[in-house]
Amino acid sequence: MNISKDLVAASAAPLVLAILADGDSYGYAIIKRVGELSGGHLHWTDGMLYPVLHRLERLGYVEARWAKSESGRRRRYYRITRAGQAHLKTQRRQWQVVDATLREIWMESSLVPAGWRPLSQRGVEATC
Amino acid sequence: MLTHDDALEAQITQWRSWLRRRPAISDSDLEELEGHLRDLVADLRAAGLAADEAFLVAVKRLGDLDAVSREFAREHSERLWKQLVMAKNADGEPSGSRAHEATVVIGLAMAAAAAIKLPELFGYPQIGSGDGFFDSGTFYFPNVSLFVLPFLAGYFAWKRRLDRLGCLRLALAFAAAALAINALPFTAGGHTQTLAALHLPIVLWLAVGIAYSGGRWFDGSRRMDFVRFSGELFIYYVLMALGGGVLTGFTAVSFAAIGADVEWFAQQWMLPCGAMGAVIVGAWLVEAKQSVVENMAPVLTRLFTPLFTLALLALLVTMAWTGSGIEMEREVLIGFDLLLAVVLGLLLYAISARDVQAPPGAFDALQLLLVVCALVVDAVALSAIAGRISEFGLSPNRVAALGENLVLLVNLAWSAWLYARFLTGRGPFAALERWQTGYLPVYAVWAAVVVVAFPLLFGFV
Repeated sequence: MNISKDLVAASAAPLVLAILADGDSYGYAIIKRVGELSGGHLHWTDGMLYPVLHRLERLGYVEARWAKSESGRRRRYYRITRAGQAHLKTQRRQWQVVDATLREIWMESSLVPAGWRPLSQRGVEATC
Repeated sequence: MLTHDDALEAQITQWRSWLRRRPAISDSDLEELEGHLRDLVADLRAAGLAADEAFLVAVKRLGDLDAVSREFAREHSERLWKQLVMAKNADGEPSGSRAHEATVVIGLAMAAAAAIKLPELFGYPQIGSGDGFFDSGTFYFPNVSLFVLPFLAGYFAWKRRLDRLGCLRLALAFAAAALAINALPFTAGGHTQTLAALHLPIVLWLAVGIAYSGGRWFDGSRRMDFVRFSGELFIYYVLMALGGGVLTGFTAVSFAAIGADVEWFAQQWMLPCGAMGAVIVGAWLVEAKQSVVENMAPVLTRLFTPLFTLALLALLVTMAWTGSGIEMEREVLIGFDLLLAVVLGLLLYAISARDVQAPPGAFDALQLLLVVCALVVDAVALSAIAGRISEFGLSPNRVAALGENLVLLVNLAWSAWLYARFLTGRGPFAALERWQTGYLPVYAVWAAVVVVAFPLLFGFV
């Protein structure tokens, strides 16, 4: 399944921030993690990640530093900032609203993918 | 295995030099992207791909370079502007040498600024005091180009890594010029001295051109680059002069407000030193941004070619209508020489910016019309000069004006011929370019004749 370009672009920032919230990382590892998490469905053009990271850096959501990698080359590591965490929180709420709304609609119509339940039936796990 | 790795390294190096040409991608971005590419290649090879296969897949995954650099440009649009001052060379000079170059440039600019003040230590009158700045008859007027152009030539000799023989020749040329202008027994403020002073910069500009071309002066494209450089430097210099004027004005006004008179400082230090240093700094700016922003001189040429054509046509029509000839004052003579020089300049910059391969277009026809108009106007002026010479005899000024006129006329006439051939599809545009670049030394040779031979011929009057 190919995810549309617009959706990839819109989800890039929250995905990067969410991955960095788990711990500092660098470009290549972030891409790999996105691939694993989405089961290979969410595919980015690797080069496009860096402008996104630089934008987040400019906005103050992440900070970057150069450090030696295990191979001896310099590598640019990114860390989420406090402002980034706050931003991630709002993003998360927004995405949850979108996600919940779509689920409600798809519950009513018969388009529900197998195994998906509307938010109202899922209890606490999704409402934090 | 080793050879595979070598091939991979070569491929990565090539990929890096491709990316480096893009102004939106900085060196640090490049390092980051390269790290990514190498990680990707390593993983792919671990998964069983051969080195070259892994490289191909990794490059594909990183994405289309144009699209990626467009994204970088969107995020870092300021970088495209910063290039104006901080441009890196297309061949990828390391940033350290750029800082080094700035040091050299500032050093040379300060040396030129100091040079103009140096003669005061040896008892020459203070510059900027007394009469005008570079009044004829003073020490500074004939020598002014010698205070700055050697430093400019030195900058290019350093930048282009001119060999020792080339440097020696340049030094000899400047020394010979200094000797000629100062040792010949001119009448102070006389005609031949004024003419020599006006023509010396033209001779020395050729020396700068030789330094600029890095010893490859016989390469036509290098000469064309030098023509472009000269035009851009002129524009930069005018802009810096405007800025300097504003700075001087503000300084004078604000110090006057607190009751301190700093006019002497502005006159004797800011203006002369700034005027010298700005030449070097301007040259550096032109060098630094040449590949990044579209050059200004060709743009101005496009704007003014139609306007000058109209003005010349109007002049011709009016002359024919009223039947009046040209008043032959000295100023008028010089005016016509300047007109030809401007037309030649428009032609040169139009040629320098034109794609040699492009077929003839409307602008080319307009250019030809401009040249033909200038030729007709000049023919009228020439007959007037000839009349004046036969009436009043030869004088240094008249002969100089006549000579300049002939030099420009020959160039424009042959250019018109070549242009006409090109427009009618009987000759290549490159012939016109070759003619112009080949003609460049003629100006310097004529100027040298005025500097050296005129005083001897006319007895230093």
